[in-house]
Amino acid sequence: MLGRDGFRLPLWRGIFYLLLAIGLPLVVLRYTQGLGAVTNLTDEFPWGLWIGFDLLCGVGLAAGGFTVTAAVYIFNLKRFHPIIRPTVLTAFLGYLLVIMALLVDLGRPWNIWHPIIMWNPRSVMFEVGWCVMLYTTVLALELSGMVFERVGWKRAVSIQKAATIPLVLAGVLLSTLHQSSLGALYLIVPNKLHPLWYSPALPWIFWTSAIAAGLAMVIVESRLSSRAFGRPVEMHLLKDIARALLVALGVFAVLRTYDLVHRGVIAEVFRPSYESGMFALEFALGVLLPFVLLLSPRTRTDIRRLYPAALLAVSGFLVNRLNVSVTGLERSSGTDYVPAFSEIAISLFLVALGFGAFGLMVRYFRVYPEAAARSAAAPRAPAKPSRALAPSAGRPA
Amino acid sequence: MALVRSNALLIDFTRCIGCKECVVACLVEHGLGDDAEAVTGLSSRALTALTERDGVYVRQLCRHCLTPSCVSVCPVEAFTKTPEGPVVYDASRCMGCRYCMQACPFGIPKYEWDKPVPAVVKCDFCAARQAAGKPTACTEACPEEATVFGPRDELLAEAHRRLAEEPGRYYQHVYGESEAGGTAILFLSPVAFEDLGFRSVAGEPLPALTAAALEKIPGILSIGGAVLAGIWWITQRRDEVARAERAEEAAAHEEEDHNARS
Ligand code: SF4
Ligand code: SF4
Ligand code: SF4
Repeated sequence: MLGRDGFRLPLWRGIFYLLLAIGLPLVVLRYTQGLGAVTNLTDEFPWGLWIGFDLLCGVGLAAGGFTVTAAVYIFNLKRFHPIIRPTVLTAFLGYLLVIMALLVDLGRPWNIWHPIIMWNPRSVMFEVGWCVMLYTTVLALELSGMVFERVGWKRAVSIQKAATIPLVLAGVLLSTLHQSSLGALYLIVPNKLHPLWYSPALPWIFWTSAIAAGLAMVIVESRLSSRAFGRPVEMHLLKDIARALLVALGVFAVLRTYDLVHRGVIAEVFRPSYESGMFALEFALGVLLPFVLLLSPRTRTDIRRLYPAALLAVSGFLVNRLNVSVTGLERSSGTDYVPAFSEIAISLFLVALGFGAFGLMVRYFRVYPEAAARSAAAPRAPAKPSRALAPSAGRPA
Repeated sequence: MALVRSNALLIDFTRCIGCKECVVACLVEHGLGDDAEAVTGLSSRALTALTERDGVYVRQLCRHCLTPSCVSVCPVEAFTKTPEGPVVYDASRCMGCRYCMQACPFGIPKYEWDKPVPAVVKCDFCAARQAAGKPTACTEACPEEATVFGPRDELLAEAHRRLAEEPGRYYQHVYGESEAGGTAILFLSPVAFEDLGFRSVAGEPLPALTAAALEKIPGILSIGGAVLAGIWWITQRRDEVARAERAEEAAAHEEEDHNARS
């Protein structure tokens, strides 16, 4: 069972509080001494881990939210309904994480609201800012039903239900804009970003890869929560998600290859260099390998095979975003950027906050459908379902 | 762009003797001290810098582009291009995203990494002096007229006149004439600009690249919205039809039952 703070295993609770204990003083240091005190950022390399990982990856990994809601509400694939709440919650926390990361990364975070009144619609960053604001609101509204339900506001629940379709529509459109605009941020640096990553198609590349990453995250999230909260893995749904992931990876691989060939830089892939090595890591390990693994039905139906394949896809995505934001810009900047310990520690601190918040939400709200069934069945067999799951949950992968 | 008589600087490296009077004047003008020897490059404490490279004195400063990337990328319009030429920065609007630094093709904006309330720092083309009808501080300080101030069209003509008059003295290129769509700062050099560490920057204005992507937003919103709503309507209809058919069937059964019983 979950503790009051949402943790089940003492080990994770320990790691959580350790990350908080390291991160918090560093955050204080950042606000009192400036960015230079805690980062390895320089005039030559003004964007680092917080943009490359927290912002680009956080938003991408939250893409499961819009793909799954679109599947259920727009395409009417109702059987995926049970995983809506956990995925939307993951997306919402992902976006909160992004906002917190921005509050740390922005030089003048108290001006973060300026885009509301100071408009420059020619700026991709302006678009990014608006997407973050609007989509976080949409996600919060999508989740509000869960809160109303808990506090028993019946009218609010029904109003929220009625607004579902418009919310989902807005969410899908905003996500599409946001995922692609993160790629569009880099359109302005054709003479800085390495040709393996600079492409006029960057918005499309970001969008398709985010869909794949979002689907992979649904699988990863399902597996992690099954272990953390001692609940079953929805294999009958995951095998279809796995199939969708296979298609998404395939489409992305074709698009990416076509783009490289079309721009005439495919030779760069085979010319030994730091960049081509990082590209191989991203593409061979993070796209082609999971694609090949997922071709086999055995991978798609067995969580112990599916989970590593999904993890590969997620890491391929992470490497891609870091390649665009760091690797691809190093040569032209004339410097190497390696994140400082405190940059990593603060990132982990933010991620830990996200995990902690997820645990708390599961503890106090009906995130998973069986939670209701379990409490309804409480008088008869209170601990049975979780005990029955315990052995499989405890088994190493 | 119809920027009538926007101002410019013509900086001729072949005339520079490396006295660093421009650097001192700039420091003084902006209240940054007067120690030119401490300036080794552009930084948050030096808006211009003079360095020697293979016997050539190279000056660095913001180029005050005609279509500036920094202005186009700033989400809150902290950067503006004034009609007279200067690209100026307003720290009170800035949120510190540093996209301007990332986007500038010449790597000009610098940041106050060591301050809790940091600002972006770069040459402001002495906008205040220009507003008062004066040339830039660096121009006034230069004893060799290696830096001259004036309307861009005149200085561009002057640059080409020098290239034609003394072809042996110059590398045949006016850096800034077309780079990134043209800049207000024009350079002449005795050697190839690449050898002085100048980036080769394509001629088209960079903001066009992001504008192309941003123009697609209304289309994505309207067409995407319509397509999604359409799909929803169809799948929804199918559900309704199925439900109606089921109800009809049930009614038919009931009727049969009724008939059978009676
Ligand atoms: S050189 Fe850079 S900072 Fe200066 S106006 Fe051009 S884009 Fe802006
Ligand atoms: S750092 Fe400031 S001036 Fe530069 S783009 Fe961001 S908000 Fe604009
Ligand atoms: S124009 Fe003014 S601010 Fe710019 S380098 Fe010259 S003196 Fe400095």
